[in-house]
Amino acid sequence: MKLSTKTRATTLSVALASTLALTACGASNETDNASSSGEDGGLSGTLVGAGASSQQAAMQGWSAGYNSVQPDVTVNYDPVGSGGGREQFLAGGTDFAGSDAALDEEELAEAEERCGASGIFELPNYIAPIAVVYNLEGVEDLNLSPETVAGIFNQQITTWNDPAIAADNPDATLPDQAITPVNRSDESGTTENFTEYLAAAAGEAWPHEPSGDWPVSGGEAAQGTSGVVSAVEAGAGSIGYADLSQAGDLGVANIGVGEEFVEPTAESAAAVVENSETLEGRGEYDFAIELARDTTESGNYPIVLISYHVGCIEYEDQETADLVKDFMTYVVSEDGQQAAAEAAGSAPISDALREQAQSAIDAITAA
Amino acid sequence: MSTSTAQGPATDVAPAPEQRPGGRLPRWAPWAAFVAALAVAYLVGLATSTNVVLLVIYTVVIGTAGLYVASRIVEGPRRAVDRLVTCLVSSAFGIAMVPLVSLAYEVIRRGVLRFDGEFFGASLVGVIGEGGGAYHAIMGTLIITLLTTLISVPIGLLTAIYLVEYGSGRLKRAITFFVDVMTGIPSIVAGLFAYALFVIFFGAGIRLGIMGAVALSVLMIPVVVRSAEEVLKLVPNELREAAYALGVPKWRTIVKVVLPTAIAGLGTGVTLAIARVIGETAPLLVTVGITNGTNLNPFEGRMATLPVYAFYQLTQPGVPPENAIDRAWTAALILIMLVMGLNVVARLISRFFAPKTSR
Amino acid sequence: MTVTSPPQEPTAPPPVRRPGDRIFSLSAKGAGILILVILAGVTLFLLAESFPALTAPAEEIPGEGGLASYVWPLIFGTLLSAAIALLVATPLAVGIALFITHYAPRRLAQVLGYVVDLLAAIPSIVYGFWGIAWLAPRLVPFYRWLEENLGFIPLFAGPVSPTGRTMLTIGLVLAVMILPIVSAISREVFSQVPTLHTEAALALGATRWEMIKMAVIPYGKSGIIGGAMLGLGRALGETMAVAIILSGSAAGITFALISSANPQTIAANIALQFPESTGIDVNTLIASGLVLFVITLLVNMLARWIVNRRADFSGAN
Repeated sequence: MKLSTKTRATTLSVALASTLALTACGASNETDNASSSGEDGGLSGTLVGAGASSQQAAMQGWSAGYNSVQPDVTVNYDPVGSGGGREQFLAGGTDFAGSDAALDEEELAEAEERCGASGIFELPNYIAPIAVVYNLEGVEDLNLSPETVAGIFNQQITTWNDPAIAADNPDATLPDQAITPVNRSDESGTTENFTEYLAAAAGEAWPHEPSGDWPVSGGEAAQGTSGVVSAVEAGAGSIGYADLSQAGDLGVANIGVGEEFVEPTAESAAAVVENSETLEGRGEYDFAIELARDTTESGNYPIVLISYHVGCIEYEDQETADLVKDFMTYVVSEDGQQAAAEAAGSAPISDALREQAQSAIDAITAA
Repeated sequence: MSTSTAQGPATDVAPAPEQRPGGRLPRWAPWAAFVAALAVAYLVGLATSTNVVLLVIYTVVIGTAGLYVASRIVEGPRRAVDRLVTCLVSSAFGIAMVPLVSLAYEVIRRGVLRFDGEFFGASLVGVIGEGGGAYHAIMGTLIITLLTTLISVPIGLLTAIYLVEYGSGRLKRAITFFVDVMTGIPSIVAGLFAYALFVIFFGAGIRLGIMGAVALSVLMIPVVVRSAEEVLKLVPNELREAAYALGVPKWRTIVKVVLPTAIAGLGTGVTLAIARVIGETAPLLVTVGITNGTNLNPFEGRMATLPVYAFYQLTQPGVPPENAIDRAWTAALILIMLVMGLNVVARLISRFFAPKTSR
Repeated sequence: MTVTSPPQEPTAPPPVRRPGDRIFSLSAKGAGILILVILAGVTLFLLAESFPALTAPAEEIPGEGGLASYVWPLIFGTLLSAAIALLVATPLAVGIALFITHYAPRRLAQVLGYVVDLLAAIPSIVYGFWGIAWLAPRLVPFYRWLEENLGFIPLFAGPVSPTGRTMLTIGLVLAVMILPIVSAISREVFSQVPTLHTEAALALGATRWEMIKMAVIPYGKSGIIGGAMLGLGRALGETMAVAIILSGSAAGITFALISSANPQTIAANIALQFPESTGIDVNTLIASGLVLFVITLLVNMLARWIVNRRADFSGAN
């Protein structure tokens, strides 16, 4: 009895082990770096970044595209969140950070320790327009002024035929239907940018502070951008905010800017970034901007999420400096921005922004 | 609704005044009641909006009510209540089947869409939109589960041996009680514990495969202890006594006599314990994180695991969402298959490895 | 818990303590003690990591109202969802247990029991998938009906969530998830009812229900309560299903079960916020986890106490 038990146990473990061995043959889409060194671009190594999950999809596009130029360079991007990304970069754990917000004073001081006196670069390389999406039968075009958007999301405007909405849309027939505002349930850069916009542009109508956590209670809350989109899709009369690229078949509202209503597009989003002021008193290559949320300029769409790439101007070793320089050059190039647009639906940066970024990238050196 | 001799005169053996023992519904009465109810429900359904769920609910409610009334008229209130409870208890079981069946159907229906070779052979590196797979996540799940088993089984087994063979007094009672309590630790708390433990040594924001294994071990150890304890208690004392009589030391008795006798039960218990933790998501979410590439080293950097992969593919699908959502459902299907497979293996072990008692 | 009575202490081992014996017994004892250490470690490390949040000034905690006002709505949401689950699951589980032990054909009983146990094997994230894709949308018409007809009760006050991702939905999903454990423990107790009791009841002319009412339920009461408490512990700590399904927000305290605004639960809040949190936010989340740990610990200890107390005197029967 004992012997046979043992034999059977052995057979079983052999069977299990061989199943494991079968699966352990490597992912078909991952190439081994060591095998093919020194072709094409000539650079090799690993570049490590961490930060905002908002630009993760774009980063996937960039690293895939960059791989076709420099097959021997691996770009690892860890979507730990903006705060975590900045923290890890400043602690020296990563080569660059992705962040939805620029470094604050305290972090800038830390950055001096990390990168030395020549400072850091902060490049707004990822621009994603945030659309106000809605699900309302029979209404193809919807115009909303900032105050109306704030009123809806603050739950002061509760039906679609409210006079405020009617005033923005004199030609539309608005039904007497309840509005269900949908917001993100998780902390997110999208929420932070959206509330920042409302606080800046809507004045009295939006009494809350900008924050990554949705400040108003009582709306429908959904997890992630896709959650918001599917919640709006599922609920007639719903309205929410989400990355434009994921709006799908939902209605997208035109937002009031000055006297006109602007449709969210890649161009109108890039335009507002270009027209925003660069923050003063920071490093020479620190292009952190103060987004012109309350812009009145024609054709500027003010609800955008920008995500920065943060890195050192001066790296300790030549290899890292070369890698960061080369990768960032690709990221801001037309190809790179196109790759991100395909992967994440972001808005390609304008030529002016590209020139500005390139000046910083050219300055990257090794100590 | 049924042939009846209702209102039959009370016979002389009536033990209670409220009972009318004159009649007894025929055996087919319940079936007749529900067929009739189905017909009624169908007519109601035609009149209003038809819907399978509503039809079933109407049928059950009308049938139960009809049977109760018929029984009350024919058989008296006591039997009527008995029939009512029978209906209620059976529907309770029926209700429990609704989620099981619908869940299996939904997961299989949506999961098979991407149940293909690429899903098992590719990771998500460089994948935009279509294609891609969960190779990295499957490997991560296997590695972390293996580590968890390596940590949990020795500790759990030794503890069970202590409780059954050595333990006595307050320590034994304390361990028994706290193992029970430990089975109730929420999985997310186990994850936070592993995080808090590693943060002290490695600093904030740390994510490692081994952390996930530690977190899962907190959940797995009590399960192993409980099942091993039950099994070891079943080993007849005669075997131990026979070994002692031959002068075999206690530890060799345990290793050579007790454990081999209990091996089938131990194997079943460990397999079920693995099944219990392999689908855990929350502790891995906070300790292991997620990555797109294959990382086979649990001591460095993030690892992808199947449940976390499924979670992120569903909630952060990217552009366009359909591809990632399909991947998420396939990952969910594989998870269910893994768990069910382990359950089947556990049953097979207990069947084939059980000591053949000659009694 | 099934057939066992602990074996009599095996007859004393040989008087000579061999080194092998010492090592083996010590390592077995060590493993047992290690479990106590782990449990103490869970408490200590959680305390250590939540300490910064406990001592931080109120405005640094997310929401800027201090730790208590951050955690309290979460505690409320956790308790509310678990309470709904318990209310739904307990009668259902007792019904299932009765069906399997006393109604179903003897030969089928074991298979049916196994089928119900399958519910426990399904990973919680898959319940989340099922809840958001299958259950929630199908509940919306029912919720609308509730609002129209019972809307005057604050529990069913509108406006109804158009997606069905509400507190009541979560309660139902959690109920399904704890069904197997509550019914398994009830089943075990019901099958332990002495045959003498049940046969005596039947011999007196009782119907099956009267027999159950007189013999089975009283005998199994503490088992049902204990099982329900264990289920409660499970429901309190459930994470992923809630994180995926519930439309939870900073709604604070509300008893409206079918509207869009629902308080979040502690566990789901951790799962949603943790991956991208840094600094004091992480400590705050760990502090909330500590609260959850304490709550579930108390519930589980109470449950075990009830179940074990029954086990103690059931031997006498």
